[in-house]
Amino acid sequence: MDKTIATLREAVSGIDDGMTVMIGGFGGSGAPIELIHALIDRFVQTRHPTNLTVVNNNAGNGHVGLAALIEQGMVSKLICSFPRSADPRVFTDLYLAGKIELELVPQGTLAERIRAGGAGIPAFYTPTGYGTDLAKGKPVEEFEGRPYIRERWLKADFALVKAHLGDTFGNLTFNKAARNFNPLMCMAAQTTIVQVSSIVRPGDIDPETVVTPGIFVQGLVEVAEPAQEETLNRANAVYPEVVQ
Amino acid sequence: MNKLNPTQIAWRAAQDIADGAYVNLGIGLPELVARFQPPGRQAIFHTENGILGFGEAPAAGQEDWDLINAGKKAVTLNPGTAFFHHADSFAMVRGGHLDVAILGAYEVAENGDLANWSTGPNGVPAVGGAMDLVHGAKRVAVITDHITKDGKAKLVKRCTLPLTGVQCVTRIYTSLALIDIVDAHFVLREKLSSISLDELQALTGAELHVVGAVADLIVPDV
Repeated sequence: MDKTIATLREAVSGIDDGMTVMIGGFGGSGAPIELIHALIDRFVQTRHPTNLTVVNNNAGNGHVGLAALIEQGMVSKLICSFPRSADPRVFTDLYLAGKIELELVPQGTLAERIRAGGAGIPAFYTPTGYGTDLAKGKPVEEFEGRPYIRERWLKADFALVKAHLGDTFGNLTFNKAARNFNPLMCMAAQTTIVQVSSIVRPGDIDPETVVTPGIFVQGLVEVAEPAQEETLNRANAVYPEVVQ
Repeated sequence: MNKLNPTQIAWRAAQDIADGAYVNLGIGLPELVARFQPPGRQAIFHTENGILGFGEAPAAGQEDWDLINAGKKAVTLNPGTAFFHHADSFAMVRGGHLDVAILGAYEVAENGDLANWSTGPNGVPAVGGAMDLVHGAKRVAVITDHITKDGKAKLVKRCTLPLTGVQCVTRIYTSLALIDIVDAHFVLREKLSSISLDELQALTGAELHVVGAVADLIVPDV
């Protein structure tokens, strides 16, 4: 068994029009920039995939990564908690023009909905959002004298995830706070594709340090020196690069 | 009118954080609280994106962009840090494991309702972790100017802006006073000595109750 995929292009080849795609990361931390850019490359060449629903904590920053994916017009709906950033213009303009749908979810509810999706739990009750605009239409139940609202699981066709080390079985470690939503999204997608800084042999990762067990991972692609969104933005990068 | 500056409000809030407390500080003004831990006390700071025990910002050029806080700013690590994923992070929040959450506010009502995420239907709505943080921490405190920039009360009878949570705030640190919420009332605990009770009441949108002595709110120049 070897889950290695040779190229980024091949890694994103199964994502079709209309699919729901979870994209890991919190802002730029843990964002799989190269996988996103590979998806954009495919769109530029083939005009597919399009009409995607994307699940991410944010809505992109600048003109790289998720923001670039949105800028291409590939995303029709975003499910996120905080569609603001240092430079949110790409999403903001499309949203205010009514060209992209937004489902706003409190951050902890977003995390738990994804976890529930991966864990086979169709719904759960949470105090978060009770009595607010974001609870409208959701069933309420009282437990031990306190009101809770019912939230539903969230699942996806694909997850695009960034990890640090991955062995060929798909066991993963993450770098510092780049973990964030990534392990949850690995669980909640039909097909999880992970970019890792280094693909190692089974046994090279101490089982005590595995964060995501390989059962949640379908494919791995090596990106030895991944770009950081923050660094690209400080250099005013735009993807795809404009050819003069 | 004399009033505390934001750093001074943060200083006062920091005095109430016990040694060993697990604390989440909201983005912006509340982040200042971390600077003023009283000597001999050590709090452990939680950030929604999966760190317990982060420290100061690194020097410019030393940033690791995989090591950021909820405000997407680069941080460093203190000894004894732990990393965890987002579901565990919010289990800490909702599960009642945090001792204190300190948040900003647009409005706080006398019944403890908080509005701090949306100023209305215009623009792009964004909530982040605010609605989660107001549930679960043992104490939910707010730090805020006592009134808005154009002189309106921020401490009100009922919030008019979209709510973040209902009946969740227990203490308010303002630029003029320290106020607890007890049984759906504002209870005045401390105020600047330079302002009278009547003057303070006139700047507050709901009745201030006095239960026992009101102490002077004394804060150093920070």
